[in-house]
Amino acid sequence: MSSVTISDLSLSFGPVKVLKDLNLEVNEGEFVVLLGPSGCGKSTLLNCIAGLLDVSAGQIFIDGKNVTWDEPKDRGIGMVFQSYALYPQMSVEKNLSFGLRVAGLPKHEVHERVSRAAEILQIQSLLKRKPAALSGGQRQRVAIGRALVRDVNVFLFDEPLSNLDAKLRTDLRVELKRLHQRLGNTMIYVTHDQIEALTLADRIAIMKDGLIQQLDTPHGVYNNPTNRFVAGFIGSPGMNFLNGTLENGLENGSNNEKDQWNFATPDLRIPLNGYAFKQAPVAGQPVEIGIRPENIVLGEAVASAAVQLTVDTEIVEPMGADTVLWTNIAGNNLTIRTDSESDVKPGDKLSVGINPSRASLFAQNGDRL
Amino acid sequence: MTGTLSFIRNIEQKTWWKRRPKILRNLSAKIAALPMIAVALVGFVGCSVWSIVYSFTSSKSLPKENFVGFKQYDRLFDSSRWQVSVENVAIYGVCSLVFSLTIGFLLAVALDQKIRFENTFRTIFLYPFALSFIVTGLVWQWLLNADFGIAQVIRDIGFTNFELSILSSREYAIYAIIIAGLWQGTGFVMALMLAGLRGIDQDIWKASRVDGIPAWRTYIFIVIPMMKPVFITTLVIIASGIVKVFDLVVALTAGGPGGSSELPAKYVYDFMFGRANLGQALAASTIMLTTVLIILIPWAYLEFSQKKEESNG
Amino acid sequence: MADTTAMAMQGPSGPKPKRAISARNIVLYGFLIVAALYWLLPLYVMIVTSLKGLPEVRMGNIFSPPMELTFEPWVKAWDSACTGLYCEGLKVGFWNSVQILIPSTIISIVIASVNGYALSFWRFKGSEIFFTILLFGAFIPYQVMLYPLVIILRELHLFSSLSGVVLIHTIFGMPILTLLFRNYFAGVPDELFKAARVDGAGFWRIFFQIMLPMSLPIFVVAIILQVTGIWNDFLFGIIYAGTTNFPMTVQLNNIVNSTQGVKEYNVNMAATLLTGALPLIVYFVSGKLFVRGIAAGAVKG
Repeated sequence: MSSVTISDLSLSFGPVKVLKDLNLEVNEGEFVVLLGPSGCGKSTLLNCIAGLLDVSAGQIFIDGKNVTWDEPKDRGIGMVFQSYALYPQMSVEKNLSFGLRVAGLPKHEVHERVSRAAEILQIQSLLKRKPAALSGGQRQRVAIGRALVRDVNVFLFDEPLSNLDAKLRTDLRVELKRLHQRLGNTMIYVTHDQIEALTLADRIAIMKDGLIQQLDTPHGVYNNPTNRFVAGFIGSPGMNFLNGTLENGLENGSNNEKDQWNFATPDLRIPLNGYAFKQAPVAGQPVEIGIRPENIVLGEAVASAAVQLTVDTEIVEPMGADTVLWTNIAGNNLTIRTDSESDVKPGDKLSVGINPSRASLFAQNGDRL
Repeated sequence: MTGTLSFIRNIEQKTWWKRRPKILRNLSAKIAALPMIAVALVGFVGCSVWSIVYSFTSSKSLPKENFVGFKQYDRLFDSSRWQVSVENVAIYGVCSLVFSLTIGFLLAVALDQKIRFENTFRTIFLYPFALSFIVTGLVWQWLLNADFGIAQVIRDIGFTNFELSILSSREYAIYAIIIAGLWQGTGFVMALMLAGLRGIDQDIWKASRVDGIPAWRTYIFIVIPMMKPVFITTLVIIASGIVKVFDLVVALTAGGPGGSSELPAKYVYDFMFGRANLGQALAASTIMLTTVLIILIPWAYLEFSQKKEESNG
Repeated sequence: MADTTAMAMQGPSGPKPKRAISARNIVLYGFLIVAALYWLLPLYVMIVTSLKGLPEVRMGNIFSPPMELTFEPWVKAWDSACTGLYCEGLKVGFWNSVQILIPSTIISIVIASVNGYALSFWRFKGSEIFFTILLFGAFIPYQVMLYPLVIILRELHLFSSLSGVVLIHTIFGMPILTLLFRNYFAGVPDELFKAARVDGAGFWRIFFQIMLPMSLPIFVVAIILQVTGIWNDFLFGIIYAGTTNFPMTVQLNNIVNSTQGVKEYNVNMAATLLTGALPLIVYFVSGKLFVRGIAAGAVKG
């Protein structure tokens, strides 16, 4: 059963269309991350789901109920903000209980819910403190607690970890995942950090210009990007892109099978053995090939790769766990990720191997071929 | 290359500097700051000290060093005119503070509701603040004119016995000053409050909506407590302005009728330049200074210690 | 998907309908409009009164527009209204005010901008103490300093002169302006200053070639603050300028509150408007910068 359904949602600020006929279905208990560059509409979408923004067209359903016109408090959601948005003059306990008390819940129930949330988040010892006396991580935990006490099925997170330093961010990320596993609530999470998205999400919705470009599992988004934008957005260092045209092996004479296609530039030819085409390829069609840096192999593995190439090494960047090589092939930049044991030096000519089955091809309009 | 050279030269300069006598270090800055130092020491500290010292003399039209102890102060506190002035400034102060803060805050809240014509409304509420107190005083003198002002309009409507003698009433003249003062100053309070409201994190508002807290409760329990620094700063500014009020009384009532709307600032001025009783004027001005310091020092202390705390945390 | 389409048939869709005339809007706009009327009324009354003939002022209602439009009161206010002894109108005061305004504004801003710059980038031992004293000075009642300054001006042979008033305005404008510039320069990245130092630029070169060109907006704010403040001054003008040099505000008060002769309310209102015209024009033209100026001067030290 779907927990949150968004159907044909549009939002305009004056002449600017921020969200365009957007559709999204989030299953019960699912962790969906909205990921995209700033200005793509991801936070706007979250605010629409929360009811903090009035939509221009379309509908929103939460737990099967049409909530398009409902106030945020009546939607059965809890929300966590980037700036924590804790009420600074109130103690942690009051922060957690304020909404419940305003709603007129009986005292014992308020107390129960607050202590349960405090226990889950391990903030029992902080209940009497004011937000100013808490660290960033503690504040964000309290902010999550404020969503927890509402006893709702859907949690919305608006870049909750962006204000924290790198170490804390990693810690809290793991904790969020644990929390999701324990509670099993539906969570919709906005971020511009792809690591957060890849690690936390059941499914990632990659957004650009008010549209969802791809909604898929982290694996799917990373390995089968649906278009050129998604391919370039996900991954660090980014995917390598080369411009060229498609050749049919038979016509060209370089291969003798009819289904054999090549990617070709004036100086380079990559046979596309084993590439699973989504659309029928057309000979002579201009295309872009995308290859992830880690899908280019070195050393012994080259021999067993489908395609062998020679590249010039320009820069070697040891990153600790692995090493990134910035190389050049026929005037194009090619980034290669290899293990940290490699002893490649700048200036080396390297023999590398590519498996086209793991590459991505994009037509001129950006769609995956 | 030139960059490196100048860098080296700079380092040399620095070491050379260290050998320079202390006073010569940062010399241009010190020369540039001379006017400020002069004003601070001679203008503000020197003049205040001079006034305090001479408030213990029996100086008449010219300052003389014949010290008489607290005699001027005794006379001051015995003077019914001074008592009226203090009483008036208290009424004026309390009313101005209460009304300008309340109305100013309410106006700011109203303007913060994403309304149409926000700029127009703000311009209207703030324009009197650009005017001189003299102009304000004279306009309200005309509006409150017992014969031809608003009173006549109300009589014309049919309330033929209506009397509005606020300006000629010993009891109420001070309230005319308050009305005019509020007209001039409330817009300023509104502008400060609006800046304060706009400074509130928008996520706080979102959080309170998700929590289902009605807007009025959010204002009272969350936003106003968050705006405490803005309120305190505004309070200090209005308060120090209240002590200074002078032009407005001169223009609106000239202290009348019969000295019933006198204020301390005018008391000082009259004794200093009108009645040639310098010692008395200086004693009164010293009391004004003391009052301001009583307001100011705790505030400055609070501000300062808060900032220290913030930078530590 | 079928599930969604089925749901889409029913229930609210699109923007939540809003009623333009809700109880909330009536209260909100009602409050604002009533307040706006209270604030506009005096300006309106000033204008209509100044355009009426004296008989009409005495007979009619102060809110009614003039039946017979006349500019006579304006001419009289400018040219021949009496201040008790002299009947030369406001024009003398206007020119005195201009002569006070221009040098005071320029000198005070020049000094304060250099001060603010020095306090932000070239702190020396004691500079913060002097600045704190200066700020306290902004709150000290002027009455405490009035007489000693009379003595100082007398010693400098500047008492009862326009230059004397200019000096006084420079002194009393300094705290707020220095604060304004100091806060502005505090927002300039320190790296910029350091880069200039590394390039070998000194105190004045950095000020003139780097800081000045980038601080135009704050100069405009300072000018607005000073022009309205100095033009509106009454106290310093009446004490330090001397009878022949009275600024416009003092002359206005003398004209309106002179006890001799018949009260010419229409002339009084024309004179009041004339005196308020310059700051009002500055206010309406500068708009948000004016607000920024008073807020910058007021909020946070």
